[in-house]
Amino acid sequence: MIKKIYFQSIFFSFFFIKATFAAESGGMPQLNPEFWVSQIFWLVLTFGILYLVLSKLILPKISNNLESRKSQILENIEAAEKQRDDSDAKLQEYDEIISKSKLEANSIFNQAREKAIKDIGAKREVLDNQIDNEIAEAEKEINSLRKSAPDKINKIAIETSSQLLQKLIGAEVNNSSISAIVDDLCKRNGDKYYGN
Amino acid sequence: MAANPMSQFDVYRIGPEIKVGAFDISFTNASLFMILSTVSILLVFNLGSKKNSILPNKIQLLAELSYTFVSKMISDTAGSKAKPYFAFIFSLFMFVLFCNMFGMIPYTFTVTSHIIVTFVLAAFIFIGVTVIGFIKHGFGYLKLFVPSGVPAVLLPLIVVIEIISYLSRPISLSVRLFANMMAGHTMMKVFGGFVISLGIVGGWLPLSFSVALTGLEILVAFLQAYVFAILTCIYLNDALNLHH
Repeated sequence: MIKKIYFQSIFFSFFFIKATFAAESGGMPQLNPEFWVSQIFWLVLTFGILYLVLSKLILPKISNNLESRKSQILENIEAAEKQRDDSDAKLQEYDEIISKSKLEANSIFNQAREKAIKDIGAKREVLDNQIDNEIAEAEKEINSLRKSAPDKINKIAIETSSQLLQKLIGAEVNNSSISAIVDDLCKRNGDKYYGN
Repeated sequence: MAANPMSQFDVYRIGPEIKVGAFDISFTNASLFMILSTVSILLVFNLGSKKNSILPNKIQLLAELSYTFVSKMISDTAGSKAKPYFAFIFSLFMFVLFCNMFGMIPYTFTVTSHIIVTFVLAAFIFIGVTVIGFIKHGFGYLKLFVPSGVPAVLLPLIVVIEIISYLSRPISLSVRLFANMMAGHTMMKVFGGFVISLGIVGGWLPLSFSVALTGLEILVAFLQAYVFAILTCIYLNDALNLHH
């Protein structure tokens, strides 16, 4: 539609031009062959030079630039990918080192624990021995004390009885007769008192 | 000169008359703008290809975008076989584009608004394509005029039509560019004349029209260069990949 109007207006403008300027102009200058040869000559010359310079010098350079950019971008992408692979490998290596050192640390810890447990056991044994010895000594002492106890008690009983009799009766009683009685009593009742 | 809308297409001699034999090859305003276009193209693309930085600067980007634009245009229409003709089509597109664009600057001369210039380009393309076609396919190239799947009764008529359409290629190609350029520039000149004749009171309407036309003409300048180049590609495609 717009095109139609456009061409119509061109058409009418030609009428207008013809009507107005027919007198002073000799028609279209394009149809005047005076400079045709000159125009052809200069067209061939300039276009020929343009074609030669563009095709031999400039276009190969532009195509080269585009190619080299393309290849450089590809190269960079390749390099980046290689670096990524490298870093992945390094990361894996690092992980391996960490897991290895974890294992090592674990084994060291276990060893230390075992050693500590062993040490503790040895020390306990020594202590146990010492304690046993001391207990045995104490028992021996107790036994000796227990053995000597009835004699002392008898002696105390004899003295206490003689003094008691003296206070009660007022007469001297022979110690030997009392001790005989105490011994006799001890023999009869000793089991009851000492639990032997 | 100012009043006549056609006087902008006048060719006049700059400097002395140069004659080679019977031929007048004097330097004219047309020659001047051909040289200006050529020099500008070479300047832009030389600057654009000088440095090769990974991040291109503006002029390099321009050169590389034009390169890929034309390259894609050729590979889309004529396939990979057209690669050897890339430089020619690139030069052609740039030459027509720059000549058209130079014409959009006031007081300049539009090289492509002359039928003789566009006709020489189109005739060269026509002859070149025909020669390429015969070199590639021998006399088999004549099969171009015999489309497949046409009833035998219609065949003579179709062949005649095909031959006429083939022979009219250089004319349609050259007239399309020339007429578009001339018509657009004439229109602009006419509306410019209206602005003056209607003066401060009524001149605003043609002035706004003139502004709009300028935009349209810049579009047409690009479009016609593109059409010229793409039709060349299509003709080349016929010669390179014969399939009818």
